[in-house]
Amino acid sequence: MATEAKPAAPTEDPVKLAEFEARCDRGETIEPKDWMPEKYRRQLTRMMSQHAHSEVVGMLPEGNWITRAPNLRRKMCLIAKVQDEGGHGLYIYCGTETLGTDRAELIDQYLYGTAKYSSIFNYPTLTWADIGVIGWLVDGAAIVNQTMLAHASYGPYARAMIRICKEENFHKRQGYELCATLARGTPAQKAMVQDAVNRWWWPSLMMFGPHDTNSPHSADLLRWKVKQKSNDDLRQRFVNLTVPQAQAIGLTLPDPDLKLDQATGDWKFGEIDWSEFNAVIAGNGPMNRERIAARRKAHEEGAWVREAAAAYAAKHQPAAGQAA
Amino acid sequence: MSTPLFEYLLRLGDDRLILGHRNAEWCGHGPILEEDIAVANVALDQTGEAQLLLNLAGQIEGQGRDADQLAYWRDETQFRNLQMLELPRGDFGFTMVRQFLFSAHAHFVLEHLASCPHDDLAGIAAKALKENRYHLRHSSEWVVRLGDGTDESHRRIQAALDELWPWTVELFYEDAVDAALKAEQIAPDQAAIKPKWEAMVTEVLTRATVQPPKGPMRMVGGRKGRHTEHLGHLLAEMQIVARSHPGASW
Repeated sequence: MATEAKPAAPTEDPVKLAEFEARCDRGETIEPKDWMPEKYRRQLTRMMSQHAHSEVVGMLPEGNWITRAPNLRRKMCLIAKVQDEGGHGLYIYCGTETLGTDRAELIDQYLYGTAKYSSIFNYPTLTWADIGVIGWLVDGAAIVNQTMLAHASYGPYARAMIRICKEENFHKRQGYELCATLARGTPAQKAMVQDAVNRWWWPSLMMFGPHDTNSPHSADLLRWKVKQKSNDDLRQRFVNLTVPQAQAIGLTLPDPDLKLDQATGDWKFGEIDWSEFNAVIAGNGPMNRERIAARRKAHEEGAWVREAAAAYAAKHQPAAGQAA
Repeated sequence: MSTPLFEYLLRLGDDRLILGHRNAEWCGHGPILEEDIAVANVALDQTGEAQLLLNLAGQIEGQGRDADQLAYWRDETQFRNLQMLELPRGDFGFTMVRQFLFSAHAHFVLEHLASCPHDDLAGIAAKALKENRYHLRHSSEWVVRLGDGTDESHRRIQAALDELWPWTVELFYEDAVDAALKAEQIAPDQAAIKPKWEAMVTEVLTRATVQPPKGPMRMVGGRKGRHTEHLGHLLAEMQIVARSHPGASW
């Protein structure tokens, strides 16, 4: 039941475990009914549900600007984008349920327990430009991560990522195009988008998680081919992709140490402020309390709707000829 | 100055712009994830319909205004939407009852417009009719489910209906604009729609085990630009970014 509460599982059958790890090594896909070590199940449940929660909490910062979008095309793009994120959340919750924990319990774990969601959504969206920058940087970072996860050993997760990446790519292009439009707009618009980049750049780099040396779950996840690349590798890839994009639209990234390493072709960047990262993870970011409060409010205020739907279904199910 | 067709298109367009705006407020705050997605979908349809209708209104007017200029640069007394649609979104039951009452009426209006002699309007109406079928089905199913669900949900749906019903008189409002367009076979006859709407609404409300209140109807004026106090706040929010940057492109 409660995946978090289970003790470490030291007593896996060594034969089965060896067989499982051999399958992972051969790049085979693990499916819901296949045998898997308890720790694999637990790690994936943690990772996938965290991903699903992130999609849903991620609806809040962008949803904050739906009612103020400056024209109808942008308004529709934004509604559609936030709607897509809800769809991703739903899809990944369904994928997580194949590991044996149902959605209601997973939701309880983040609303009232210790389950996490991506720390990036604990930052506020302060101007319209944030909508563009989130699409460009936050979705851009997510894509780098999810492109890797599309090769994850667990089938339902990998398949979800393939589909989700397609939509995220579209969001990223839309966000980048929004930023480009502002960057070539009025001086006020240009200042707005530069300010948004300044605020979102470092949190976007933090999305890849701690340094490899500090990442508690990484070793298992890499061994079991859930992850194929380390946090630092992915972060570097994101920086390499993003620097030329910023240059192309005349925006600067707020890092004086950013410079091209001619030998490797990597854009070297300054040190992340890990104290900020840790503070946000610990629940003390600018918007942690508000995000959880908003999700709890929606969940609690919607309880009567869910109860009524269940009561109606129970009342009408037995009656012959009622089923659609 | 303004032709009946321009006025009529503003009415159709503003209804969808404002209701779409209210529905979009649910995004991220719904009672269940499926409904965040569904209500956003409805809002998206309605905003798209508004864009088509207001663009056509701008073309008919011939002053170079497009849907964005009409949506973002008119003041509240220039809006022509039904007052019912600008009311705050309330609880989920209120949102569903409002959507149902509106969509049931829109169904018959759009059915007529889809075969009217104005080709552009007929084309938009045909698209909107299809979308509205989904809005009608989605909202009516929720009205029934919640009306006939638990004691609490029943009470909430009845309360939403008590609040909304007196505003429905405005669905059937007609003036010289309608008269002129009825003469050209464009606008439908509201008196003919009313019994059909009542039959559809009664059927659903009966299944939902709720009843319309008996009291008097509201004084309304949305079609003439006389609104509730809610619209000004809605527009202040909707228009703030656009109006803070005159002449900017987005």
